[in-house]
Amino acid sequence: MDLLLIKEGFPLLSFLIFLPLAGALVLLFYRGEAFARLWALLITSLTAVCSLPLLFGFDPTSSKYQFAELYTWIPRLKINYIVGMDGISILLVLLTTLIMPFCVLASWKYIQQRVTPFMFCLLVMETSMIGVFVALDFVLFYIFWEFMLIPMYLLIAVWGGPRKAYASIKFFLYTLAGSVLLLVAIIALYLKSGSFFIPEMMWQPYSLTFQVLVFLAFFLAFAIKVPMFPFHTWLPAAHVEAPTAGSVILASVLLKMGTYGMLRFCLPITPDATMLLAQPILWLSIAGILYGGFTALAQQDMKKLIAYSSVGHMGFVTLGIFVLNSRGIEGALLQMINHGVTTGALFLCVGMIYERTHSRELALATGVGKYMPWFVTFLAFFSLSSFGFPGTNSFIGEFLVLAGTFEYNTFLALAAIPGAVLAAAYMLRMLQKIVWGGTANPDQSYLTDIGVREIAVLTPFLLFVFWIGLGPQPFLDLMHTSVSTLIDQLHHWQQHQQVAAVPWH
Amino acid sequence: MVILPELVLAAGALALFLVSLSKTPSAQTAKSVAMVFGLATFAATLFAFQSQGSLFYGAYAVDQYSQLFKALIGFSLALLLVFGQNLKGISPNVRPEYYLFFLLSVLGLMLLVSSVELIAIFISLELSSFALYLLVPMRDDRTGIRVQMEAGMKYVLFGVMATGFMLYGMSLLFGLTGTTYLKDIIAFLAKGDLQPTVVVAVLLVLAGFFYKLAVFPMHFWVPDVYQGASNETAGFIATLPKFGAVALLIRFLTVPTGQSSFLIELMAVLALCSMFYGNLSALVQKDLKRMLGFSGIAHAGFVLLGLLALDQEGYGVAIYYIAGYVLMNLACFLVISNVSREGENVRIEDVNGLYKRQPVLAFVLAVGLFGLAGIPPFVGFMGKFMILTSALRADHVVVVCLAAINTAIAIYYYLSVVKAAYTAEPGERPPVTVHPSIQLAGVVLVLAITLLGALPARFIDFASTVVQTLL
Repeated sequence: MDLLLIKEGFPLLSFLIFLPLAGALVLLFYRGEAFARLWALLITSLTAVCSLPLLFGFDPTSSKYQFAELYTWIPRLKINYIVGMDGISILLVLLTTLIMPFCVLASWKYIQQRVTPFMFCLLVMETSMIGVFVALDFVLFYIFWEFMLIPMYLLIAVWGGPRKAYASIKFFLYTLAGSVLLLVAIIALYLKSGSFFIPEMMWQPYSLTFQVLVFLAFFLAFAIKVPMFPFHTWLPAAHVEAPTAGSVILASVLLKMGTYGMLRFCLPITPDATMLLAQPILWLSIAGILYGGFTALAQQDMKKLIAYSSVGHMGFVTLGIFVLNSRGIEGALLQMINHGVTTGALFLCVGMIYERTHSRELALATGVGKYMPWFVTFLAFFSLSSFGFPGTNSFIGEFLVLAGTFEYNTFLALAAIPGAVLAAAYMLRMLQKIVWGGTANPDQSYLTDIGVREIAVLTPFLLFVFWIGLGPQPFLDLMHTSVSTLIDQLHHWQQHQQVAAVPWH
Repeated sequence: MVILPELVLAAGALALFLVSLSKTPSAQTAKSVAMVFGLATFAATLFAFQSQGSLFYGAYAVDQYSQLFKALIGFSLALLLVFGQNLKGISPNVRPEYYLFFLLSVLGLMLLVSSVELIAIFISLELSSFALYLLVPMRDDRTGIRVQMEAGMKYVLFGVMATGFMLYGMSLLFGLTGTTYLKDIIAFLAKGDLQPTVVVAVLLVLAGFFYKLAVFPMHFWVPDVYQGASNETAGFIATLPKFGAVALLIRFLTVPTGQSSFLIELMAVLALCSMFYGNLSALVQKDLKRMLGFSGIAHAGFVLLGLLALDQEGYGVAIYYIAGYVLMNLACFLVISNVSREGENVRIEDVNGLYKRQPVLAFVLAVGLFGLAGIPPFVGFMGKFMILTSALRADHVVVVCLAAINTAIAIYYYLSVVKAAYTAEPGERPPVTVHPSIQLAGVVLVLAITLLGALPARFIDFASTVVQTLL
């Protein structure tokens, strides 16, 4: 357990996990709608504020798991309650805690019915999302990972659009079916390594067959969550039908769990299988980038367009992870955050149009620029950011990923370039239509521009777009040690394997 | 006072017998008497939880093992009586008799978990079963085609057949060892020199309990009986007898057969058949009870997977699993019994929009079904997880993978009910009003399902130590 830096005193991570849950339980008893809104905002804001000490207390020079807590839970099976955080998870935790207050704000007027249960689901969701990123015990991780399906299912199923029943059940079935074999893999790893403590499962001399099987079980679960082509079909349906807050959570946080899982589990637990199977996965990522781009180009529904663009962007993330070098992985991690910020903001923007026109059709939202100048200003920046315009956050992320890919294989990198071009094409097409439209614009004169609440929601996103875009160093510093340790260990492992393999030849 | 719970139940049955003697039996009195004695039984099981003793020349053992099961039975009995208090499907003039046989059947189960001698086991099992057979046809005839009679007949005929198997097996055991005491049988067989007949005898006895647990291929009665019996009766059949079945399965699995690998393989095959048959058939059901019946077959397969390990760990986990399963099933039947307006069967579309019509029941139903589907943090997940762990530890990789795939199949039909309750519009269906005590029972169940799932350590430790005394 020397990998843990046990936090003495106040259990901050547990507090962050359980504060939203406690807040949700309060909502069971006080059910007033106005109260529920304010209460959820208060709790999520409090969680966000309390997560800031993580940033100040974090030691970026150490690759150990910090703020760790350890309590025995089920001693019979050596299952413990262990949470901790390293450079890979810290930004994701902060992304989650910081984005939740905006999800509440975005639902302020959007959700008019059953406000209390909605806020209840949001708060429970936050608990399980933070839990996934900080859990260091595999059973604990799995519990958060699966439990999340219930509130997310309800968010789509109860407050969703017209095809909510179909979309929600597809989301649930897909993700659950993907993760049943994950459970078997977890148990198998436990029986081999004797513990559910995740770091103890890493870098163990498992046989290659075992590694490949475990890797495939992991990969299926995570690839569905990402979602990687060809496992992506649940995503457009879920995004389109989900309420705005649900879409933002899905895009900004949920999709990251898949890539986080690949980085946290696939690489260190099954290194041989990762190196063996990296090639096909990289090409799947390329397929996802191109497929997402082309499909997004053809969409008439704004939410669907952004959903398919997510498939493309997440393709960049998996590309960065599996080129297995430090530029690629840092780029992938940064791209995860970028995608969370930018796509989350884009979904918020679409939600704002939807609240006014009650339609997500691109054709019905043409030419709103004249009547909503503030809105289109924000939209323009987020669209630019989405296709990686220099000076915005995605540029840095995609640049690092592509640099890592060039380092790995030039052909692969060249194959990914059209994806970046496609992103510009579909985003500019959407932007052009929304801002100016054509000669046959519908009458948009009834539209009112976004108000103070909505500007307050969007501004922080814009801040991060430029902050990461112009000065990414602080973000990269946070993750650098953990990523380079991971890469070092991987190289070490590789050499060790080669040395071990020599006597056989 | 070591057999206080049994005495309370017997007294309750006698009291109901007296109530039923009056010319104009009052349904209200019968209900009150049954409730009072039911709750008293639960209290008595807790009171007698620590007691130890051996009665009737060693044929009846009161030990921690039996008391654990009695407490579980008592808890479930109390909940069943509370949420089934309206007894909608049973005509008021037979209610005293209904409750009489109801308590007698529970009495049989309580006796069963304490019996350690073949004749005692047989008698208590039959007391429990025959009383239960009678409950099924007591349902009102509302369809005009007497489905309850058909269900009752099927239940009796299959039950008698299973009993026949079991008796044959018991006679073989007696013939081989010359004694009817389980302890002596085990001691005799442990000396070695085992004939192949032993495994046949044990299997025949197990078949009798497979019937109770609804393991493939002894499951044929399940769908029709669940559908034909009234909602409350089906809730009873689906829950309490499972405790007795698991308790006795564990007792008989400790009998040394000398063929344990054969037994394990056979049970693995039966477990997989149960899961696939149950889950695949449940996918197409429209009737909620029938669906739960098939899901019960699948869950029986899971229990069997826990028993497969044939060790203390596996037995403890199987007890945990069955306790969780009964709780989740009770939650579902609580909703079914109360959504049904006049005791008719509940189809899946009848719970449409339940979250608007009765939010508490919708929540209880969702927790019960998500639990049955094995979603954390509910007890169904922990049970599934523990069972898979114990089976994988015993190197049944293929079985474990197939079982995991089954949970993915199962989620579809559980989710389709949740979907009806939460996304469908209620349409013409009126709001559901329920007594606060039923809502309270629902909340108790939700809490139990969640807490037992989140903090399983103490229960499993206790169950495993208790099982240790049998080995």
